[in-house]
Amino acid sequence: MSLSELEFQAQTLGAAPAQAIEGRSQWRLTWARLRRDKMAVASMIVIIVIAILALLAPVFASLLHHGPNQVFPNSGLSSTGGPVSPGTNGFYFGTDELGRDLLVRVLYGARISLFVGITTTAIATVAGVAVGLISGFFGGLVDAVLARFIDTVLAFPFLVLALSLAVVFGPSLTIVIAVISFFSWAAISRIVRGQALSLKENQYIEAARSLGASPWRIMFIDILPNIMAPVLVLATLSIPAAIVFEATLSFLGLGVQPPTASWGNILAGAQSYYQIAWWYLVFPAGALLITTLAFNLLGDGVRDALDPRTERIFAARKKRRRRIWAGGPAAVGIESLVAPSTDGPEEA
Amino acid sequence: MTGPITPETAQVDPWPTDADLTDDVLVRVENLVKHFPVKGSGLVSRTIGQVQAVDGVSLTVRRGQTLGLVGETGCGKSTLARCIAGLLPATSGKVYFEGKDITNLPRRKMQPFRRDIQMIFQDPYGALNPRRRVGSIIGDPFAIHKTATGAARKKAVQELMERVGLNPEHYNRFPAEFSGGQRQRIGVARALALRPKLIICDEPVSALDVSIQAQVLNLLADLQKDFGLAYLFIAHDLEVVRHVSESVVVMYLGKVAEVGPKNPVYDTPRHPYTAALLSAAPAADPEAAASRQRIILSGDVPSPINPPSGCRFHPRCPKAQERCATEVPELEVKAGDMPTHLTTCHFPVQAGEILARSGRAPRGEAR
Repeated sequence: MSLSELEFQAQTLGAAPAQAIEGRSQWRLTWARLRRDKMAVASMIVIIVIAILALLAPVFASLLHHGPNQVFPNSGLSSTGGPVSPGTNGFYFGTDELGRDLLVRVLYGARISLFVGITTTAIATVAGVAVGLISGFFGGLVDAVLARFIDTVLAFPFLVLALSLAVVFGPSLTIVIAVISFFSWAAISRIVRGQALSLKENQYIEAARSLGASPWRIMFIDILPNIMAPVLVLATLSIPAAIVFEATLSFLGLGVQPPTASWGNILAGAQSYYQIAWWYLVFPAGALLITTLAFNLLGDGVRDALDPRTERIFAARKKRRRRIWAGGPAAVGIESLVAPSTDGPEEA
Repeated sequence: MTGPITPETAQVDPWPTDADLTDDVLVRVENLVKHFPVKGSGLVSRTIGQVQAVDGVSLTVRRGQTLGLVGETGCGKSTLARCIAGLLPATSGKVYFEGKDITNLPRRKMQPFRRDIQMIFQDPYGALNPRRRVGSIIGDPFAIHKTATGAARKKAVQELMERVGLNPEHYNRFPAEFSGGQRQRIGVARALALRPKLIICDEPVSALDVSIQAQVLNLLADLQKDFGLAYLFIAHDLEVVRHVSESVVVMYLGKVAEVGPKNPVYDTPRHPYTAALLSAAPAADPEAAASRQRIILSGDVPSPINPPSGCRFHPRCPKAQERCATEVPELEVKAGDMPTHLTTCHFPVQAGEILARSGRAPRGEAR
């Protein structure tokens, strides 16, 4: 052993205690795995870009001097009175049948979509987790009542309820958010209830009870962290569902009302014009598609990242790829499927 | 005692004559019964039977001492422990802690006693929440009983970790990052946090390998010395129980078979079941093992839903006679025993008696 090696050892030994020993939490490991998933990272970037564009929609509107509901009968309409195509007269996405800037309207539509997606998911997650936890943890009569209620909500024809509510209360954003939240929490509740039912039998719950922990403390401190993983996946996947739901309601005229722009009501307007103005249909539909696809792919990535077995799948994939490049046998042996994990005892 | 003193309850008190020891009594369990209803299937489930998990058990844990509780799997040891710790409501009977009746107290009224009665669990993997950091797990008792917060709590937790032989630097680690023995130490630290008077150890070393068992047992012994703890030590390993306990209770199918100071129980067992258990335990000394007579019990432990009549052990007992099937034996001192050594048997084993191998077909066994 050379002197420099000894010195190096002494240094690392001396340095070690100074560094605080920190356990690797589930979230940190998940984040590490998520970062290696190219599709998930790409989706995240797309979502961030869409969110920034939505937030900055008024800025774009003022830069272009085109308000979202502002009508341009001269520059925005062709000589025959139809919408102008993208690129003409400073309308980068073209205009609609009234001569409004489609780019600005799609950006404002993103605000509505993201707002609805995030608020309804937040409401549905909080309500779903609360109801599911209470139902699963307390059991007995409470569970019987709540579980039947969950089943009832899941069995409800959502469009019929949305229609009748819109008719009774008049269509508005509030009704849209209320309806979507009401139909989203039950799915989360059912998963949470099942998890709570099985988790409450764990010995650490009995340990908490023997320490005198209250039922609420056990629910929120001992059980909740253990169900956050599936809840996070469900929440991520429920955002695109809510966005599509909002678009559907607005398309049917039951959601966001014109002239306020929403992807759904822009598409409803495009119905009569797409044969002469393809951009009228393609831009809002493309925005809707890209947004929901990005959220769905991110949700899948989060689900994979939360599953500790993913580590092994990654390792196996990497090994197989290397072998193919090396010209070796492409067949995947059993050893690559059970490749030892390099990432600590969590995967053991 | 609140109920009427019947001859039965007076008789089953394990240490009735040691008047000078009454001040030392920490926990008294009197005639504890725990039955679990068996529900029938169908739309409206109705109770079709009772699992008689614990059926009239009395015992006493004395301050600063260890009471061993042994018996086969399913004999009601853990159920008894959970009833004492207030985790399961007792069907009947009484649990007294320092003379106060703590049977089936509602959670809030039980809270002050929780500080004094703590538990260590069998499974060092299952008893720690995998999503919480060790510091937060050990700090739980402080948080629940609001005795320390913030930096004071962290300091107390780190002292506890040091005391049980864990590196306090590992405060922020997760249970998955520890070995089985270390995890059991975490469980011990958590149980120790509020300076309890009694720790109920539910098979604390059964899940550990032998070298680690010794470490954890030595730790428990040290802590007992330092803090004057009393243990109710549940195990199925007879040698472990002999090593740690002052007194031993042998349970069979929800009832006490034999109770007494460990040496008489181990050296001159009076109940045939105790004798059979002891003869089945592997001996470390091969010569002793070779010379020893092995009592082989036939059949399985009968179902606690429909236990045998009379003495619950009679279908498997090598000494069983007609009387055993009809008459329930009382827990009492047998001729020639010290007054603290009690046995539930009509025909106790005599010193030096060779028990015939039980070759009889199991009789009256309910399946």
